[in-house]
Amino acid sequence: MRPIHRARPVLAVALAAWILFGCSSSGEPATVAGDAADEAATETTTTQPEPSLLEEELSALAVPVFHATDNPVALSEWGQLAVSDGELVLSDGITPYALNSALFSDYTQKLRTVWLPEGSPPATYDAEESLDFPVGTVITKTFYYPLPEGASATDLRVAKGAAAAETLAEPINLSSVRLVETRILAHRETGWVALPYVWNDEQTEATLSRTGDLVRLTLVDAEENTETQFPYVVPNTNQCSGCHATNHTTKEILPIGPKVRHLNLDVDLGGGLMPQLALWQDLGIVGELPADDEVPKSAAWEDPSIPLNDRARAYLDINCAHCHNKNGPADTSGLFLEYSTQLGPRLGICKPPIAAGTGTGNRRVGIDPGEPDESIFIFRMETADPGAMMPELGRALAHQEGVDLVSEWIESLDGDCG
Amino acid sequence: MLAATACGSDGGDEDSATAATTEAPAETTAETEAPAETEAPATTAAPTTTTTVPVDETNLQELLLDAQPGDVIDIPAGTFSFEQGLSLTVDGVTIRGAGMDETILSFADQVAGAEGLLVSASDFTIEDLAIEDSIGDALKINEGENIVIRRVRTEWTGGYSTDNGAYGIYPVQATNVLVEESVAIGASDAGIYVGQSNEIVVRNNRAEFNVAGIEIENSFNADVYGNVATDNTGGILIFNLPGLTQQGEGTRVYDNDVFANNTENFGHEGTSVAETPAGSGILVLSNDKVEIFENRISDNRSANVIVASAIVVGLDGGGADPAFDAYPEGVYIHDNEYAGGGDDPDSILRVIKSLFFPDDPLPDIVWDGLVDGDKLVDGEIAPENRICVQEADAEVLNADGSNDFAAAGIDTAAHDCTLESLEPVVLPVL
Repeated sequence: MRPIHRARPVLAVALAAWILFGCSSSGEPATVAGDAADEAATETTTTQPEPSLLEEELSALAVPVFHATDNPVALSEWGQLAVSDGELVLSDGITPYALNSALFSDYTQKLRTVWLPEGSPPATYDAEESLDFPVGTVITKTFYYPLPEGASATDLRVAKGAAAAETLAEPINLSSVRLVETRILAHRETGWVALPYVWNDEQTEATLSRTGDLVRLTLVDAEENTETQFPYVVPNTNQCSGCHATNHTTKEILPIGPKVRHLNLDVDLGGGLMPQLALWQDLGIVGELPADDEVPKSAAWEDPSIPLNDRARAYLDINCAHCHNKNGPADTSGLFLEYSTQLGPRLGICKPPIAAGTGTGNRRVGIDPGEPDESIFIFRMETADPGAMMPELGRALAHQEGVDLVSEWIESLDGDCG
Repeated sequence: MLAATACGSDGGDEDSATAATTEAPAETTAETEAPAETEAPATTAAPTTTTTVPVDETNLQELLLDAQPGDVIDIPAGTFSFEQGLSLTVDGVTIRGAGMDETILSFADQVAGAEGLLVSASDFTIEDLAIEDSIGDALKINEGENIVIRRVRTEWTGGYSTDNGAYGIYPVQATNVLVEESVAIGASDAGIYVGQSNEIVVRNNRAEFNVAGIEIENSFNADVYGNVATDNTGGILIFNLPGLTQQGEGTRVYDNDVFANNTENFGHEGTSVAETPAGSGILVLSNDKVEIFENRISDNRSANVIVASAIVVGLDGGGADPAFDAYPEGVYIHDNEYAGGGDDPDSILRVIKSLFFPDDPLPDIVWDGLVDGDKLVDGEIAPENRICVQEADAEVLNADGSNDFAAAGIDTAAHDCTLESLEPVVLPVL
């Protein structure tokens, strides 16, 4: 099979864009450190820097930058995260964050960060929707895998496993992981843009790949003693909006994760476990917060101490509701999976499919209470057939733990579809 | 390889001029009310810019990402193979091939993406190419205005199979939709499916070996004419289903050739079309204000025309959507030509035939007999809600579905009425 796309290592262009940005950012809340820009300018006089030089360059460029109009070719030009001494480190002012429940993405681990340029007003609180971040905000999400024992990043063998760092404060040791991609969400005057960057095999730089990529990986599950080959899909920019344009009519791209209910948990940014939203308030990322007990909190789906219903609904919310909401691209289905949807046909209970096609798995309703094996939900979560699976984007593997959770929840539901 | 080209390039208009004005002859006789064939629609004011780089599988997705309103992406003759689905979100773009048998986008090697081509954009035209063997739907257009699909072939080349993708040509939640001179083969749901849309013309297409040949679902104002539907499970379906953004009404089905739609039902259980009896010519399900006239309908082994409620096939959702009107009302069937059919019916119709018509075919028109009791006026169906039939020699079967089909029988006289003809659909893209 032919690859659809090859990455384009165009460093000279990248550096030229860097300079260009330095000239065109007046009036924006962006900050470009003069030193970094000067160094970059010097750099353009050489034609093709050696890889070793490039690595040094990356750490030198590690100053956060808001690109108001241009789409830099190299991830490092955003200055949000950098490779330094065999570690992936965050620049000053970049805040890593975590969610109660996260989207399943083929067992990748994710490093999420947020940055507001100096002098920006904080995001305004919203109980339901994504926080209203100011123009200039840059959000990153880096997808990586731990490596199986004895493997190196170039092997394309990756492990099903835990995050590479114990706390959000620790850098990621690159000898133990395979970086796959980093996605940037940047809030420009014209709205949010989503840009996917694909890491090179050397794990020294990620390059903009607007057409996405297809990385053939093998997932090693040491516990089950299995190896699964799968095509890891880096989304193209249209596919980015496929999820992030949560309102399919306005097609406005929005962050999905940073809603207060997902952010409402304790994290360790270096000073021990603290409430994440309070930390954000201290850091000027979010403004005035209501009293603690008024801030909604979604369940951590993996936490067995939380009631099953809450965990299952949190899982469906973060994995499905970006499309399955009343304005989303999947509003054509009449199935709505937000946290707030009442238990009933709109949530899939006894609901016949509309245009599921192959996705029915020869089952008649979305959720047949008490009968996970008769429920289309479970079929579409279990299958890896791209024409039948849900979500349509963002996975090539089934999420067994998610299937187990939603199955257990359906098992627990009372009722009869007649 | 830097293909920032579809935008900003100049010239190259001669190809588009040729292709845009090509006029395929209609296969069927000209219909008096049909608007005259016009030249290619000018749906955007922006000047058109035609691709000047050779388009192939390596750069088509990038060109779609970089397209600007007014761009024409010309794909030359050839077979182009894709591992991932393609997508377009830019308004005002035309994708044009060199012919539905010359330019082939093949998804036989597809490993990712739920569609062959997914479009979320307005003022979109696609013409003169084929989309083959996609894993899921071939061409899905989700939300948009002024959508033109012309001389596009969607096909699963391995023959009809439950494993084929669901929909061939699939505009949904769109307004002003024209599907013409296209061909849809092998879809495991519907070949040409227009859902939850408004102002639709589906004309001069050919649909074969799909579960549903052509389906209009939950849509307002559709004209379906000049089409050929054959070898499907059901030829032309006009459906309303519960729980959706809108229920539709107002469809004219005329001057179509709907014959021998006798392929076994290979749809997935649980889908609505899986309830379609094999051998259905034209099937109206729970839809209102449908006018079926001057078609040639023949040799559909269950029945040439079926009018039914979603209740009778268990698709009404059990009353979960209280706003859903499950009864087909205001259906006017007149001046069609019939031949054959009804001789080897499927599903419940098979039982009815064996009980009541052991030696004869079923009548050309079958009605399930369900009536909305809440809407009766003095115990009668209001005139505008009746199912009226004016045919030279076709008869109507009342299947007595409200009474477990106990007294199914011919009752043509009960449908001897007329309804006002529906207005033609006027599309700005025509």
